[in-house]
Amino acid sequence: MSLLSIQNLQVTAEDKPILRGITLDINPGEVHAIMGPNGSGKSTLARALSGHPGYQVTGGRVLYRGEDLLDMPADERARKGVFMAFQYPVEIPGVNNAYFLKAALNATRKERGLDDLDAIDFMAVMKEKAKLLDVDEKMLQRSVNEGFSGGEKKRNEIFHMAVLEPMLAILDETDSGLDIDALRIVSSGVNAMRNEERSFIVVTHYQRLLNYIVPDFVHVLSEGRIVKSGGRELALELEEKGYGWIEGVQAHASDEGHAGTDRANLAVRS
Amino acid sequence: MTTPVAERQDSFLAEQARFARGRGDAAPAWLKTLRERGRAAFADAGFPTTRHEEWRFTNVQPIAQTPFRLGEGTPTNPAPIVSRVATPGAVRLVLLNGRFAPELSDLGAVPVGLKIGSLATAIAQGAPECSLLGQQPVEGQPFAALNTAFLEDGALIAVRKGAVIETPIHVIVIAGGTGKTMVHPRVLVVAGEASQASLGISFLTAAGEAHLTNAVIEASLGEQAVVDCCLDQRGTEGAFLVSNLHVTTARAATFRLRTITLGGRIVRNDATAVLAGEGAHVDIDGCYLADGASLIDNHTTIDHAMPHCTSHELYKGILDGKAKAVFNGRIIVRLDAQKTDSKQTNRALLLSDDATINSNPQLEIFADDVKCTHGAAVGQLDEEAMFYLQARGLTVKDARDMLIHAYAGEVLERIAIPHLRAQLERELFVQLDRDLADHDRAERG
Repeated sequence: MSLLSIQNLQVTAEDKPILRGITLDINPGEVHAIMGPNGSGKSTLARALSGHPGYQVTGGRVLYRGEDLLDMPADERARKGVFMAFQYPVEIPGVNNAYFLKAALNATRKERGLDDLDAIDFMAVMKEKAKLLDVDEKMLQRSVNEGFSGGEKKRNEIFHMAVLEPMLAILDETDSGLDIDALRIVSSGVNAMRNEERSFIVVTHYQRLLNYIVPDFVHVLSEGRIVKSGGRELALELEEKGYGWIEGVQAHASDEGHAGTDRANLAVRS
Repeated sequence: MTTPVAERQDSFLAEQARFARGRGDAAPAWLKTLRERGRAAFADAGFPTTRHEEWRFTNVQPIAQTPFRLGEGTPTNPAPIVSRVATPGAVRLVLLNGRFAPELSDLGAVPVGLKIGSLATAIAQGAPECSLLGQQPVEGQPFAALNTAFLEDGALIAVRKGAVIETPIHVIVIAGGTGKTMVHPRVLVVAGEASQASLGISFLTAAGEAHLTNAVIEASLGEQAVVDCCLDQRGTEGAFLVSNLHVTTARAATFRLRTITLGGRIVRNDATAVLAGEGAHVDIDGCYLADGASLIDNHTTIDHAMPHCTSHELYKGILDGKAKAVFNGRIIVRLDAQKTDSKQTNRALLLSDDATINSNPQLEIFADDVKCTHGAAVGQLDEEAMFYLQARGLTVKDARDMLIHAYAGEVLERIAIPHLRAQLERELFVQLDRDLADHDRAERG
């Protein structure tokens, strides 16, 4: 059984259709990269999967471990193991980062039938994960994201992911705004978490990230549809030819009544 | 500005006349004169109406129309109230219906350098500090005038020059009894040069009728004195509470005020700080939870009379139900008060569509080399922040609590007495949980 099965997902934001039928299956342990030009809907896909209230699902369905994901409120999705690293992490003055993360971790543990971690055990987990991601422990005692640099915010997101140990992690343009050192740290953190059960959806505008987080599959979005799917080499091809190439594919696909899209989906399922 | 029309003050004046002839008659001549000043000011102006600029959004007719009797004797069973709120290890002075209650007070281990006791006793003994009574103006201040007309007892707290009082000082004011009771307690704080003290004043009412607590707090700080004062207004559900606080700071003195209000039918706080010496500093902060049909009104006046003084003001409100709140922050920077640094922030969180706040910064700046900033923000919980917390697994309720905690915490964490801070934080969230549960039920229904 696939971990996540997205079936003809259609999503609008502010009454504007953004996703026009996405179909994608993700098996345990797989890393799928979602690429595409600005406005193609890749961040919308990430946010819709995480349950952001600004996006309305108008059609299709999504099964997560066999359950209807879209039926769950955002917090339940998170507790059941769906994690989204935000493109723009929110600053929350007055809420201590470590305190918040402890509440989040214990909420997740409760959902999994585990006891709360006490302060000492939690600190041990924090220290271990902080080391992994080269996170300054001072950052843990500050308010969530408040006054963090762009790189610190992204690293904090991956740090949250490392502590919460999700089944499905969605990284929404985590690479944007990172310098090469931060990109390496974030990527090695993600790579350290890859295993046979955990899957990733890596939304990115640039191929560069995929040099560090090597995907099993690459999907290219354009105008709310997957117009091309392939292996890692697709990202390189895209890098070389630019998104203009995809728009050509899109036009071609439209001419053939979305045959291109169907092929793309078949490629993934195989 | 229209002149307030005298309304319904007759029963209050009759009660005052009864008091002056009766138990108030033994007072020294100077006190009688002071009372008469208060009485005359009140008789002259009467209760304000909403036509009065300072009372535009606060209708005190429910107070004016109630024939309160001056508190007598002991409210039913005050001991459990005292033990519920008492700060462990503190020097404690309890006022029952405006009068010192030695049996509930704990003045056994008063630290060296601190003088604390019944104001009535201090007056009878001719304590020199009593000459500082009456700094609080009564003209145009009807409730302060009324308090002064009934001035009899309260607390005197005097800290000797150079004394640093580590032990917290806790004054507990309890009003109640049979019938509709009013009490007019007065607290006088005199902090000597370079002295330091932390004070909590808790206002509570015994269950029953809608009582009126009408307090005046006067504080006088010597050079370099540091006084922290927390007004704990948690126990006045369904009751009326009016407070007038007047503080004067000498050179390089620091006064910090935190006013925490949890409900109340009508609560009106007037806090006035006069920065009368160079380099003085005041913090005037407040956090309030207005729910049900509460009306919570905070008026502050910071008078920068001398150069190089700083004042910081932060008020944060949480409003639910049909509650109303008023914030009026007046800052005066006098001609001589160059290099003034003044910052005022007033924020309100509206949890329901029916709650309202009227916010009015009032800056009167006569000096030219000053830094004065003010800001007001009214709104709901940040939706993106709510989503962020939920997206990490927190329920809507937990996310909301966490954000409100953070919001209120900015003021609550400044309360100097840890036990009082913890208690108020806990009570705020117990009350808030109850409100939000009602709120959620109403939304679902």
